[in-house]
Amino acid sequence: MKSQYRWGLLFFLSPVLLWLVLLIVLPQIDLLIMSFRAENDFGELVWSVSNYLIFFREPIYWLTFVRTAVYSILVTFLTFVIALPIAFYITKVVNPRFQGFLTLLLLLPFWVSELVRVYGWMILLRETGVINHFLLKLGILNQPIEMLYRDATMVLGLVYTSMLFMVVPLLSVLDSLDNSLIEAAYDLGANMWTILFKIIIPHATPGIVSGSIVVFMLTLGNYLTPNLMGGKNSLWFTEQIYNQFIASFNWNQGSAFGFLLLFLSSIVVWLGLKLSRRSLRKVVQ
Amino acid sequence: MQIDLSVQKVTKRFQDFTAVDSVSFEVQTGRFFSILGPSGCGKTTLLRMIAGLTEPTTGAIEIRGKSMAGIPPNKRPVNLIFQHLALFPMMNVGENVAFGLQRRGENKTVIREKVHAILERVDLSGFEDKKIDQLSGGQKQRVAIARCLVLEPTVLLLDEPLGALDLKLREQMKVELKKLQAKVGTTFVYITHDQSEALVMSDAVAVMNHGEFEQIDTPQNLYAQPRTPFVAQFVGDSNAWSGTVRQRTESTAEIETPEGAIFRTKLEKTLEPGTEVDLFLRPEAMLIQPDPSIASLNRFTVVVKSILFDGANSRLLANPLDADKELLVALPQNRQYDYIQVNDKVEIGWDKQSGICFPKK
Repeated sequence: MKSQYRWGLLFFLSPVLLWLVLLIVLPQIDLLIMSFRAENDFGELVWSVSNYLIFFREPIYWLTFVRTAVYSILVTFLTFVIALPIAFYITKVVNPRFQGFLTLLLLLPFWVSELVRVYGWMILLRETGVINHFLLKLGILNQPIEMLYRDATMVLGLVYTSMLFMVVPLLSVLDSLDNSLIEAAYDLGANMWTILFKIIIPHATPGIVSGSIVVFMLTLGNYLTPNLMGGKNSLWFTEQIYNQFIASFNWNQGSAFGFLLLFLSSIVVWLGLKLSRRSLRKVVQ
Repeated sequence: MQIDLSVQKVTKRFQDFTAVDSVSFEVQTGRFFSILGPSGCGKTTLLRMIAGLTEPTTGAIEIRGKSMAGIPPNKRPVNLIFQHLALFPMMNVGENVAFGLQRRGENKTVIREKVHAILERVDLSGFEDKKIDQLSGGQKQRVAIARCLVLEPTVLLLDEPLGALDLKLREQMKVELKKLQAKVGTTFVYITHDQSEALVMSDAVAVMNHGEFEQIDTPQNLYAQPRTPFVAQFVGDSNAWSGTVRQRTESTAEIETPEGAIFRTKLEKTLEPGTEVDLFLRPEAMLIQPDPSIASLNRFTVVVKSILFDGANSRLLANPLDADKELLVALPQNRQYDYIQVNDKVEIGWDKQSGICFPKK
C-alpha cells in the first residue's frame, strides 16, 4: 500500500518536478557556472571571479544597482501607501454589495498585458499625448512638455503595475479585521491616526509583508516598464543584464549580474522580514 | 440622587425601518440598569447611540447633565464592552488595559500603577504580560471590564458580554459582575436577551420590544406586576389563557374560558363585561392538590403529560381535562409530590391574586 502511494505521489508530482528541474534549476546552475568563467589573456575560458570584480570596479554598474534597489523600495512603499486606503475603503467603508464590483474594477486593467498598459500610459504622457493636448487647449501650458523618460514617470508606471499585488493581500487581511476592534479603540479614546498605527497596521502586517515582498521582487526584476517609461535614462539594473546578454553578447558577465540581482532581492527581503519580525514560512501561508 | 444618564425621546431610523422608537429613561448614579429584549428589538442600536458610535435620528442623550449631541465616542465619558469583547489581539493584557490611559497621555508610572490596581481589582494580578489568546473566557471578560473601568467612565455600557460563555461560567460571571459593580460603584447599563441575567443583576430593568420600552421597573415588579402581555410572557415563564370577562366587582372579575371554565382573578384596571382578555399564570402560582379547606382558589383537574425534572426548577407538563392546551406547573422538590406519575389526574388550584389579566388587542 505504502509504495503505491509513493508511486502515485511521484506520478502526479512529476510534471512539477520536471518543470522545476529542467526550466529553473538546471539553467540556473548553468548560469551560475557561466558567471564564474571568464576569458584569460589567451582567449580561453577559465574559472575566475573577474565578472564580479568588474561590477565593483565600474561605478556605472554598482550605481545602477543601488539606484534600482532604492527605487524598488520607494515603489514598494508608495504602492503600500496608496493600496492601504483603497483596501480599507473596499473592505470597511463601502456597502458590501459593491465590494465585489470594486475589486473587479481593480482587476480589470490586469486582464490586458503589461505592455499594452504601459503603452497606454505613453499615449497619455508623451509630448504629443493626451494630457499635453488638453493642457495646451486649456491654456495652462504654452509649450508641450515631455513627461515621459523621467524618474517620476517611471516610478508612476511601476507603482501602477504593482498595485494589484499589494491590494489583494491587504484586502484579505483587512477583511479579517473585526470592526469592533476599531470601534473599541475609538471608544477608548483613540483618534484616527492611533487606530491606524496601533490597530489596523499591526493587524495587517502579514498582508503588508507578503504584498511588499511580491511588489519589491516584481519591481526589481521589471524590464519593460523602466525601459519604456524611463527610457535610456532609467538606468534599471535589468537593462544592464539585457545589454550584457544581447548587446555585448557577454553571457558570462550577464549571468554574474543576474546572480547579483538575485542576491540583492534575497538580502532586502530577508532584511524586511527581520525588521517586521516575521518568518518567511508564516508569510507564505 | 444624581442622574448619570438621561435619554429623552431617542429615535433611530434606518431608511424605512425604525430601530429605536422614542425611548426615554434615566439612570441614577451607581445603579445597575438593564435593557432586556429579544434579538432585533433595537437594544444594541440604543447602546451604540449612548456610546456615540451611532447618532440618533431625533432625541437627546445627556450624561451628567451634559448633552452628547455631536460628541464623538473618543470624547464621551462612557465606555462600551462589546459583545465579543474586542480585546486587541496584537497587544498583551497590560497594553490592552493601558490603551485608554495612553490615549489620555498620562504619565508612564501612573499608567503602570493604575493598570496594576485595576487588574488586582478584577482578580487578575500579574497578568500584565499574558497574551490575549492565553486567557480563558472568564479572564478575557474581566480584562475587557478592567480596560474600561480603568478609565473611570461615568457610565459603563455592556453589550451582552456574557453571551459567548458557557452556562456554568455565565452563572458565575453574573454573580461576579454584580459584586464588581457594587464594589466599584460605577453606573452600569447592561443589555441582554437573557431575562435571568437582567433579573439577577439589575436594580432596574427596561423591557424593550420592537424599538420601544414596554416597562421600566424593578426585577420584582416586572415579574409580579407585568404591565403588558409582552412583559408577562418574556419575563419568566407564563401559561396563557384566553377568555371573556363575565362579571366583575371592584377589583376582581370572573373570566370564562372557551372551554367553559370560570376563573376568578384580580384586575389591575377595570374591564367591562364582554371584554376579550388574555390571562397569564406563573407556573409557581399553580398549587398541586391544594388543601380542600381553602375556599378562595380556582380549581380544576389536569392530566399529567410528563414530568420535567430540573432540580429546583422542576415542572409538570399537564393538560386540563376539558381543554386542548399545555400548562407548566411548578413541582416543588420537597419529595412531597414524588407519587405523581405520568397520566395521573391531579387537582390544581390557584389564587385570584396571582392571575395577570390583559385585554386582548
